[in-house]
Amino acid sequence: MAKLHVSTTINGEPQEFLCDAEQSMLDVLRGPLGLTGAKEGCGTGDCGACTITLNGRIVCSCLMLAAEAEGQEIGTIEGMAGEELHPLQQKFLESAALQCGICTPGVLMAAKALLEKNPDPTEHEVRFWLAGNLCRCTGYDKIIRAVMDTAADMRAAR
Amino acid sequence: MSTTGSTKTPETANDNKWIGKRTIRPDGADKVTGRAAYAADTTMPGMIWGKVLRSPHPHARIKSIDTSKAEAYPGVKAVMTAKDIVNFPIDKSVMLGIQDMRWMCRNVMAREKALFAGHPVAAVAATTEKIAAEACKLIEVEYEVLPFVIDVEEAMKPDAPILHDFIKYKDKPSNIAGTLEHKLGDVGEGFAKADVVIERSFRTQPVHQGYIEPHACLVSVSDGKATIWSSSQGQFMVRAMCAYLTGLPQNDIRAIPAEIGGGFGGKTIIYLEPLALILAKKSGRPVKMTMTRGEVFHASGPTSGSYSTVKLGATKDGKLVAAQGTFCLQAGALPGSPIRGAAGCAFAPYDIPNVHSFGYDVVSNRSKVAAYRAPGAPIGAYGVECVMDEMAEALKMDPLEFRLKNAAKQGTKAAHGPVYPRIGFVETIEEAKKHAHYTTPLPKAKNGKLYGRGVASGFWFNAGGESSAQVNVNEDGTVVVITGHPDIGGSRASTANITAEILGIDYKKVSVLIGDTSVIGFSNLTGGSRVTYASAMVVTQSTEKVITQLRERAAKIWKIDPDAVVWENGEARPAGDNAGKFEPLSLGQIAAQASATGGPIGAGQQLNTTGAEGGFATHVCDVEVDPDLGIVRVLRYTAFQDVGRAIHPSYVEGQIQGGAAQGIGWALSEEYIYNKDGKLDNPSFLDYRMPVSSDLPMLDSVILEIPNPKHPQGVRGVGEVPLVPPLAAISNAVYNALGRRFYSLPMSPPKILATMDMAAD
Repeated sequence: MAKLHVSTTINGEPQEFLCDAEQSMLDVLRGPLGLTGAKEGCGTGDCGACTITLNGRIVCSCLMLAAEAEGQEIGTIEGMAGEELHPLQQKFLESAALQCGICTPGVLMAAKALLEKNPDPTEHEVRFWLAGNLCRCTGYDKIIRAVMDTAADMRAAR
Repeated sequence: MSTTGSTKTPETANDNKWIGKRTIRPDGADKVTGRAAYAADTTMPGMIWGKVLRSPHPHARIKSIDTSKAEAYPGVKAVMTAKDIVNFPIDKSVMLGIQDMRWMCRNVMAREKALFAGHPVAAVAATTEKIAAEACKLIEVEYEVLPFVIDVEEAMKPDAPILHDFIKYKDKPSNIAGTLEHKLGDVGEGFAKADVVIERSFRTQPVHQGYIEPHACLVSVSDGKATIWSSSQGQFMVRAMCAYLTGLPQNDIRAIPAEIGGGFGGKTIIYLEPLALILAKKSGRPVKMTMTRGEVFHASGPTSGSYSTVKLGATKDGKLVAAQGTFCLQAGALPGSPIRGAAGCAFAPYDIPNVHSFGYDVVSNRSKVAAYRAPGAPIGAYGVECVMDEMAEALKMDPLEFRLKNAAKQGTKAAHGPVYPRIGFVETIEEAKKHAHYTTPLPKAKNGKLYGRGVASGFWFNAGGESSAQVNVNEDGTVVVITGHPDIGGSRASTANITAEILGIDYKKVSVLIGDTSVIGFSNLTGGSRVTYASAMVVTQSTEKVITQLRERAAKIWKIDPDAVVWENGEARPAGDNAGKFEPLSLGQIAAQASATGGPIGAGQQLNTTGAEGGFATHVCDVEVDPDLGIVRVLRYTAFQDVGRAIHPSYVEGQIQGGAAQGIGWALSEEYIYNKDGKLDNPSFLDYRMPVSSDLPMLDSVILEIPNPKHPQGVRGVGEVPLVPPLAAISNAVYNALGRRFYSLPMSPPKILATMDMAAD
């Protein structure tokens, strides 16, 4: 079957690619587009390591067809830092909120979306928002603290 | 709702500038921006994809394999079977470290028989992953399906289906592949002296390490020489095992450690690497292989399920006089379960004059177990610490007081061999006793929920072993350190802290790299809680050699004797009679003149490190039980651990928190579930239920620093002890809440409800 031609926007830049109809967004990101920051931990939407944003909403890119990106805005971990790291990225480093780092891109994408929606989340809200992002190294403690501390810093900076 | 807690900063407030400080890890920025290269992120020009065909049967003789249709399929570049792997006869042991290559060659690909559902039987490399998967289906395997056995108790029965005919126990074919025994004193006499004797049996299910990154590798073979990028806990292990299984000499294999997305012991052996190597050799193309999550669950090693019996005897005044334990562990399809950890660590925290600890290594038709954080020790401690709780109750003693009264200390002879040097077990109990967590009352019941508190302790051996390091001074006075251990949890930061401290320079001037097998000397696995311990020793000695060179260079510049030069605060200073005669020379100034004073400055050290003394911890846990839903929630958790010296406190806390979380999963929700066909029913993260963030509270850690006298910085291993106490701490808390004891894990809602129903009837 002929490949599909998709025109989309990734991290603010126009992007075109060819894909098979059944190909996942994750496969296209990691393969032809070379954006390997999104990780495949399960391929079934259970671990959240492949989390990206689709028009600002977080999705598991392993569950999204690449063809669905047509005309949409995709955000990946590669677009999170500008000239400087995003405050969440910086706080994760300062707080040692990662160990092996494989879940980190997905956790950061999800946490960023949370803080854009809710700048003052409770611990309970952070824990339930990030419940779709498995981390096996940290026990989540330092991740939750880092997200809440970043939220406080960002509120103070406004 | 979860509670909030705090992590105590250890008392490292001393003259140290970097050791004990919470520096930012050198590899951090790459890991928060998605740039860090894990094994599945690597590609090469001309790369093709490998896929594995796996046995659908839990036990079957392989009568024939016909690969001709797969080989003819368009896009297929190579097909392999066990015939392409070096055969190690099944009746002759060939050890590589703790791994027997006759098992390893059969684990990576079935030879005479398929021994579990998911066992590899062939592999294909093709231009796309899809073609490789389709071609796998064209391979015709003729199986003679055999009776199978899954559970450890069934496998030990005399009439059980036998996996390996040549394995004999008491002269008869058996699934009991090995035993291990530790004896101290005379348990018969000991129990005779006891006023109270309690004996209980326990069951645990196999649990997976649960690393989020599936196994992955990329292998290129050119001119007969292989380069391997893979996710492992040891590039030297990858090289050696691939050499054994492919017949290549080690100098023709270069193993490059990719960033690793979690291991917890599960990546201390290989699965895909030798297959990809053989496919790459056959096809002449670089071959990439990755496991799906389903393959990880089906075919990589979880830790053992178990059936154990523990018996303790104590006098009325609360002194343990005898202990007996039998620990039967599932090895999976090939021998090698962690009976040493179970039988060896079980009673190690206590000073007991009479001990008999026995382990059985039992094969059954499941995937071969792999190491998992303190392998075996959580299983041993689970039974012992639950009986300790019951014994304390029988003696009407506080459970921590009872442990304190029997705690091992310096001079205690352990049943598994050693006489302990200075250890910090007593301190973990004393800290727990006076901590606000333990002294804060807990309601018995509130709003229909029941509450309970439990405690448990644990021990892990810790390991030393081989490590190599190289410390090089750059021309501008910055420093590069190379070690041979994959960094899973921030060990680069610890290495940088130590180097910066000893040299007296800024942390940012130190880069830490993980060398591949061609650039650094042999270094054993990242495992056994050994990396910071052993790296610190070789890095310290390398750095001290560098300082000697720096003093010699300064002496040469000043034309004085090197003995008259001291290294202080990152600079060379004239000392003795010459004190004050010359301006001090910084590392940068000496480095700039290196070529004129004798050439590059740098030194390495290679050691088989010893003196990694055991680690001890005590955990306190509060749970809330919903009697209507059967759900147990951990409300508060505090871990007390003697770490010797925390080189980087944040990553020490991280190890403790991560271990506790894995223990909570093991105790409450994780288990391998096999169906009546001998197949795994829950091979996904949806059905194999690891804790998610909304399941857990904050996990408090209290770091105690009782320095290890045998280590330059006082380090003890940290990473594994935290998984030893949780199973019993949570079980004891659930008992405290419900007034009923559970002897089987996980304490999942159906089990809790069944027990509540029994109580109601």
